[in-house]
Amino acid sequence: MSKISDTAIVGIGQTEFSKNSGRSELQLAAEASLAAIQDAGLTPDDIDGMVTFTLDSNDELDLMRTLGMTELNWTARGPFGGGASAATIQLAAAAVASGAAKAVLVYRAFNERSGRRFGQPDPNGYTSTAAGPDFHFSYGLDTPAKIYSLWYQRYLLKYGVTNEDLGRYVVTARAHAATNPAAWYYGKPITLEDHQTSRWIVEPVLRLLDCCQESDGGVAMVVTSADRARDLAQPGVRVAAATQSHRKGGLIMFDYYREDLSEFEETRTMTERLWADSGLTQNDIDVAMIYENFSPVVFLTLEGHGFCKRGEAKDFIKDGHIGLSGSLPVNTNGGLLGEGYIHGMNNILEGVRQVRGTAANQIKDAKHVLVSASRSGMILGPL
Amino acid sequence: MSKDDAFFWEGAQEGRLLLRSCASCGEIAHPPLPMCPHCHGLEWGTVEASGRGTVYAWLCSKHPNQADDKGRIVVLVDLEEGVRLVSNLLDTEIDEVTAGAPVAVTFVEVDGQILPQFRMTGDSA
Repeated sequence: MSKISDTAIVGIGQTEFSKNSGRSELQLAAEASLAAIQDAGLTPDDIDGMVTFTLDSNDELDLMRTLGMTELNWTARGPFGGGASAATIQLAAAAVASGAAKAVLVYRAFNERSGRRFGQPDPNGYTSTAAGPDFHFSYGLDTPAKIYSLWYQRYLLKYGVTNEDLGRYVVTARAHAATNPAAWYYGKPITLEDHQTSRWIVEPVLRLLDCCQESDGGVAMVVTSADRARDLAQPGVRVAAATQSHRKGGLIMFDYYREDLSEFEETRTMTERLWADSGLTQNDIDVAMIYENFSPVVFLTLEGHGFCKRGEAKDFIKDGHIGLSGSLPVNTNGGLLGEGYIHGMNNILEGVRQVRGTAANQIKDAKHVLVSASRSGMILGPL
Repeated sequence: MSKDDAFFWEGAQEGRLLLRSCASCGEIAHPPLPMCPHCHGLEWGTVEASGRGTVYAWLCSKHPNQADDKGRIVVLVDLEEGVRLVSNLLDTEIDEVTAGAPVAVTFVEVDGQILPQFRMTGDSA
């Protein structure tokens, strides 16, 4: 029986990342998908499976019609938004490993800046007050920045992490974006002072520059078997492991009701599974791509994966470990703050490029890349 | 509001902070659930909370693009009953909130709904 590690990402594609794409979300999905399929040296007729987010507006059959595909035999959608961005690859890889599909297209596309903005209060969003009061929205938790900050604040409090500490991650991410031509903030690095003088979005946790972008764009990937990958156009990138972890007492976004909010418990437990499945450890990871809708996530995720001890991410970052020449380069594309926010999926593409050796900020001899979205993650490596 | 939490808001209308407790094992579930995760019972009663607790975490909720929004303080309150609530903290400034500060419930009309909210009591924790 084949396993997830018998699969590979063989094609990647994307549109430009912008603030106003000027075209439909379906067109963005189609452009990114076709680019990924062609990158692999395949045609749309070679695709027999599709995976995306439950939150994606693009219907599988609409995309199938647009691409001119003949038949689809597998569809699956991952819940939990960006937290499960890495789970899309687990869903695709599981389908290929089981034989349910031969080649799965993974896509995510939206106009998240020119269309519905995730960062703005949305009266019809998380819950509708027309149905009466609720436990969160009614109390003023009406944007992701606020919803998440209520647990991040506890982390900052417990370990004495300051907003300036958060700023040191942002400066690093923006430095990486500054030398990545695909990044929205290409050529626009910031200083710690720029960060510290940006306005509060959620006092006392997040300033403007701690928040990810709102972006328009689409990305796509093709997953097939590692055996088949050897015959395709690009060097295949093995899915050495891919998993999720969701724990008793946990919730998505409104994750307030467990005893200790100063760690990402799911990241810790997911990591145990990633190491067990791949036979690798922290020391084998050359690059880490970490989903960061807001800067504190990087700190909690680094600690959850065991790259440093709890409360020590601020020192790990301050000491330069996550820069391009550090011991663990993080978010080499500029991350979701610097490159663009395609719901975390653009970070997977960067992981593939690092293993292929084609990233704008290529890390020399990068062999294994951890792509983490807190509660879903994967390790990418050579075939 | 749903079938599972209507009791909470109805209690608030009467100035009572009600929590859902399992009729079989007494487990308190908040946010409320349709089945007791401890014993799988489907019969629920309510217990009236004392309304006393301590601050666990907090932030100031303002509109992201409206600088003149006065904002309100959102807190996580750990109730004496061992349950955590999201609520608002009234009559204080964000700089004055501290972890573990004792708070007490009050019932306030916001946008036509009665919400349980909290004030710092000034007692020692």
